[in-house]
Amino acid sequence: MYAIGRMILRRLGQLVPVVLVATFVVFSLVFIMPGDPAIVLAGDYATQERIDEIRRIHGFDQPMLVQYLNWLWNVLHFDLGQSLYSNEDVAKLISDRLPHTILLVAYALMLGAVIGIPMGIYAATQQGSTIDKLITSFASLGVAIPNFWLGIILVTYFSLTWHLFPATGAVSFWDDPVEALRHATLPALALSTNVVAVLARQVRSALLEVLTSQHFRTLRAKGLGSSSILWKHGLRNVAATMLTITGLQVNRLFSSAVILEAVFAIPGVGALISYSALNKDIPVVQGIALVLVIYVILINLIVDVLNALLDPRVAAST
Amino acid sequence: MTDATNNNAAVRASAERAAVAALPRQESVATWLWNWLKHDKRAAISITYLAILVIAAILAPLFAPYDPNEQNLMDLLMPPSSAHWLGTDDLGRDTFSRLLYGSYNALYAAGLAVGIAVAIGVPVGVVIGFVGGWIDEAVSRVIDAILAFPPLVLAVAVTGALGIGLTNAMIAVGFSFAPVIARTMRAQTLVVKNAVYVEAATGFGASRAHLIVRHIVPNAIQPVIVEITLMLAVALLAEAGLSFLSLGVQPPESSWGGMLARAYHYVEVAPAQMLAPGFAILLTALAFNTLGESIRVLLDPTIKKKR
Repeated sequence: MYAIGRMILRRLGQLVPVVLVATFVVFSLVFIMPGDPAIVLAGDYATQERIDEIRRIHGFDQPMLVQYLNWLWNVLHFDLGQSLYSNEDVAKLISDRLPHTILLVAYALMLGAVIGIPMGIYAATQQGSTIDKLITSFASLGVAIPNFWLGIILVTYFSLTWHLFPATGAVSFWDDPVEALRHATLPALALSTNVVAVLARQVRSALLEVLTSQHFRTLRAKGLGSSSILWKHGLRNVAATMLTITGLQVNRLFSSAVILEAVFAIPGVGALISYSALNKDIPVVQGIALVLVIYVILINLIVDVLNALLDPRVAAST
Repeated sequence: MTDATNNNAAVRASAERAAVAALPRQESVATWLWNWLKHDKRAAISITYLAILVIAAILAPLFAPYDPNEQNLMDLLMPPSSAHWLGTDDLGRDTFSRLLYGSYNALYAAGLAVGIAVAIGVPVGVVIGFVGGWIDEAVSRVIDAILAFPPLVLAVAVTGALGIGLTNAMIAVGFSFAPVIARTMRAQTLVVKNAVYVEAATGFGASRAHLIVRHIVPNAIQPVIVEITLMLAVALLAEAGLSFLSLGVQPPESSWGGMLARAYHYVEVAPAQMLAPGFAILLTALAFNTLGESIRVLLDPTIKKKR
C-alpha cells in the first residue's frame, strides 16, 4: 500500500504541469481569435465604452502572463466569466448541463464494456472461427461508422417508425431515473459502437498474446483445463489492459457526444459548446473545454491508481 | 503489447530494413506494388476504392450529371430515379452530384488535417526524442496536456475562436492530432538513436542534422506511416462531424456531413436521403483503416504469423 501511496503522490506531481499547460491552452483561445479580442468579445453592435470595459475586465492591456494568472485565479474560484450571448454565468450554464453529458457518456461506456469485453474474450477463445471473424469484422465497422449517422438511423427506426424510444430530448436522472435512461438509450447505443469495437479488438489481441505465451503453455502442460486457464489466469493478466483501454475511451466519448447531443437534442455541454462555437461565445467554449479536460485528466489518474491496485508491479515501476 | 516487445519488433524491423537496403534493388516499384496487392486482397480493394474516390473528387465537374448547387423546386426530396440516381435533397439538388463534390471536400479536409499533424508532430517528436533532457520533459508534458483534450472538443473550441469554415476546422483537427504523431515519433527515435548504424555514423563524425535527416527519420518513420493512414479515417469522420454541426464546410458547398444534417431534417419524408452520404463516410473511413492495417502487416512481418 505504501508503494501505491507514493505512486499517487508522484502522479499528482506529474499532473501539475499537465493541468497548467491544459489551462493555458484553454486560456489562449482568446488570443487566436482574429482581430482585437476586446472587440470580438464585446459582440456585434457594441459601443466603444463596452469595448473599453471588456478590455479592462479582461486586462487585455496587461502582459499575457499576468492575464493568464488572473484568469487562472478566477477559474480557481469557479468564476468562468459570463456568456456573451445570454450574459448568464458560465459556471452555472455548465453545471446545469453537465449531468446530461455525464449520464450519456457513462451509459455509453457501460454499454461498451458490457458488450465489447465479452465479445473480445469470446473471439480470442474461438480464434479463427466464423464467430471470431464476424466479431473482428464488426470491430472494423464499429470504428469506421460515423456515430451520428448511426444515431440518425436509430432514431428513424426505433423512434419514428416503431415508437420504442423517445426521439429527442433528455430527462434529469435525479427527477426520473427510468425516463432518463429511456431517453439516453439510443444516443448511448450510437455512442458506444466505437467503445465496443475498440474493446473487442484490443481485449481479443491482448488475451491472444497472453494465451499463446510460454507461461500459459506451461500451465496447459501441467494439465490445467482451458476454462480454468482463461478465467483464473488469462483474464487476470489482461484486466489492466481492459481498464486502461476503457479509461482512454472517455476522451473519445466526450468528443462524439458533441455531435450526438446535437442529433438527439440533448441539452448537455456538448451541444452547448458547438452552439457557442458557432456564435463565437468564447467564454462558454473555454469553460466547457476546461471542465472536460479536467474530467479526462482525473479519470486517467483514477485508471492509473486502479491499475496499480490490480498489479503492484505498476506502482513499483513508475 | 508491452513496450519491450514493441521495441524488439522495431529493432528487428530496422535491422531487416538495413539488410534489405544493402541488397541491390531488383524490382521496380510497380512490380513490388503489384506483388503486395496480389497477396493482400484487402489492401487491393481499399486502394482501388480510394483511387476511384480521388479521381471522382478531382474530376467531379466532369462526372457530375448536375450542378451540385442547382436548385429545382419542382423535384424536392425525390427518391432515386433514372434522372436523379440518388434522388434529390430538400432544395431539389441532385444528391449524386453533391456526393461527388462532397468527396473533394472530404479528402481535402482529411489530407489537410493529417498534413498539419505530420508537419508539427514529426519534427517535434524527432527533436525531443533525439535531444532528450529537460526539453524532452517539458515538451512531453505539453503533449500530454493536448492529448488530454477530447479531440473534437478541442477542434470545436479552436474553430470557434479562429472562425468557422472548413480550413480553420481542419487546422484545429490537425493541431489536436499532432501530439499523437509526436509521441510515436519520439518513441521510435529513442529506439533508433541507439542502433549500431547510428553509433557508427556518429563515430564517423556525422553532424546532428545529418544523423536526424539521413538515419533517424527514415528508420523511425514506419509506425508513423501506419498512424497517418489510420488518422486519415479519424480526420474524415471529424470533418463529417464538424460539417454536420455547420462548423466545417459552409453551405451551399456540399459535404457528406452537411448532407446528413439536411437529410436528418426530412428523414420522415425522404429516409433514403440519409443513406448515400452515410455510406460514403463509412466506406471511406473503412478503406483508410483497412489500408492502415495492411501497411502495418507489410512493415512488420512478425504480425502476419499472429493473425
